[in-house]
Amino acid sequence: MTPIRALIVDDEELARQLLREYLEESGGVDVVAECANGFEAVKSIGDLKPDVVFLDVQMPKLDGFEVLELIDTPAAVIFVTAYDQYAMRAFEASAVDYLLKPFSADRLQKALEKVRARLGNPRPPIAAAELSAAARPPEQKLERVVVKDGTKVHIIPIDRLDYVEAQDDYIALRSEKKNYLKQQTISSIERQLDPKKFVRIHRSYIANLERIARIEPYTRDSRVAVLSDGTQLPVSRAGHAKLKSLLGETV
Amino acid sequence: MHPILAKRSWFASYLGVWGFFALMLSALLRIPASLTWREALLIAAPLCFFYAFCCLTPWYMCRQIQLPRRTWIGVILNHFGAAMIATSLWVELARLIAYLLGAGARLRPGIPDLAVVAVLLYSLSVALHYVLFALEQSRRAQIQAREAELRALKAQINPHFLFNSLNSITALVGSDPARAREMCIRLSDFLRNTLGLGEKESISWREELALARTYLDVEQVRYGSRLRVEMNVDDSCADCLIPPLVLQPLIENAVKHGIATLVDGGIIKVESRVKDGLLEVSVENGFDPDSPAPRRHGLGLRNVRGRLETRFGPEARLTAKAVKNQFRAEMIVPCRRNA
Repeated sequence: MTPIRALIVDDEELARQLLREYLEESGGVDVVAECANGFEAVKSIGDLKPDVVFLDVQMPKLDGFEVLELIDTPAAVIFVTAYDQYAMRAFEASAVDYLLKPFSADRLQKALEKVRARLGNPRPPIAAAELSAAARPPEQKLERVVVKDGTKVHIIPIDRLDYVEAQDDYIALRSEKKNYLKQQTISSIERQLDPKKFVRIHRSYIANLERIARIEPYTRDSRVAVLSDGTQLPVSRAGHAKLKSLLGETV
Repeated sequence: MHPILAKRSWFASYLGVWGFFALMLSALLRIPASLTWREALLIAAPLCFFYAFCCLTPWYMCRQIQLPRRTWIGVILNHFGAAMIATSLWVELARLIAYLLGAGARLRPGIPDLAVVAVLLYSLSVALHYVLFALEQSRRAQIQAREAELRALKAQINPHFLFNSLNSITALVGSDPARAREMCIRLSDFLRNTLGLGEKESISWREELALARTYLDVEQVRYGSRLRVEMNVDDSCADCLIPPLVLQPLIENAVKHGIATLVDGGIIKVESRVKDGLLEVSVENGFDPDSPAPRRHGLGLRNVRGRLETRFGPEARLTAKAVKNQFRAEMIVPCRRNA
């Protein structure tokens, strides 16, 4: 049996050491790398393509969820954290397991069995960004969006995001006159954004309310939203109803 | 039920007081009404016994008519009405007894005095009841304030700190048992000290600082070389008295929202000194300005600010600001020492 190739991501050295020790004892697992922060993790996961990633949530630079968003190959992910509030949603999104610190070697064994089952019988992969979106507590809205561009990672604070446009399986994020492409569906990012600040004005568009300068009629029964930089975005009937309820009858 | 009726010993002492009133009243009645001592006592004793119960009734009324909630007119009218009823009952009772004793006519000149005494006694009872309620209320407010403080303190013992520390210990047990043992002891020290603090109103700056040191010792094991601490503490402030756990949240923030956000870690600088009778404390740390703005940060600071305000009023100040990648919290409180 080929060993499982595992990658450990945790900013605490002792936590990494413990996981490595447990994994070495259990046998059949090869720890291919250890990463101490989110940036390293994104790079190593891309380079080494491990079978399973043990992922801490709270880390410097990029947190565990953001790391998930930035990796292309959806490896099996096991969250390892002292916080229990993300667990439910992580499972719903089919994270393989969720280990609460401190955990026992037996508990880790069970997680590894799940990984083996998953590897022997691969399910259709879920885009990592979807997993990450689902793993966040629903009440916690995004404060920044992370996008990978080749080897570079862009961090876009939410208040600098003008609008989001759906493009097939991707979304284009518009911020400070630049477009950033990301593999995620528009519905999934809509759920992550604060509905008081971002409105789905159209099947393919989400606009930052603060950027909307005015709404103008376009054809007889369609409208466009004009942003403060002059960009025009189509507004659907449902979108117009939402804008009316948020901004008042005047729009 | 009235608290005096609830306890037999209280009720007995209460009746004892009224027995004394009965003697005074006999003395008062004897002269204008030209009664014998025996007659005066026979009238005054049952009167006072009856009135002892009458004067308990304001408890129910005072409870209904809480002072600040109603207009003064309403309060006065209500109690005046009740006083009139009590007084007329008392006067009629006195007349009945005098009549039975064959002293009805001789009592008549004493009746105005009797009425005045009745009104005064009843009013006194109303006033005492209000005092009783006010005392009770302030006691309850004190308990509530105390409970709020305890809740705040409990919330500050962060369970994640505990879990992460236990995880570090689990790791050390295999690789370095001696350090694992040491960590257990530091963690125990910290927990024991924090738990004991809830009962204290004030602790010395020395104790608060020692607690912060124990906390940082524990976190040191977790963060290793990423966490560096510089303490610059003037000896003159060691005896200043402060509410417990006001420095602790500042230190926790510095670790959680500062050091933990930095790949290579950073320095936490703690400085304190006394200047012009004021204890000046500052906690400074590096942080990653790109990390998402922490929400709990504000909560911890607000909590400390509120507690300082309750204790010291406007004399205390807590400010926090971030300049570039440095975060600095400053606390100034009057330095009070034990006499």
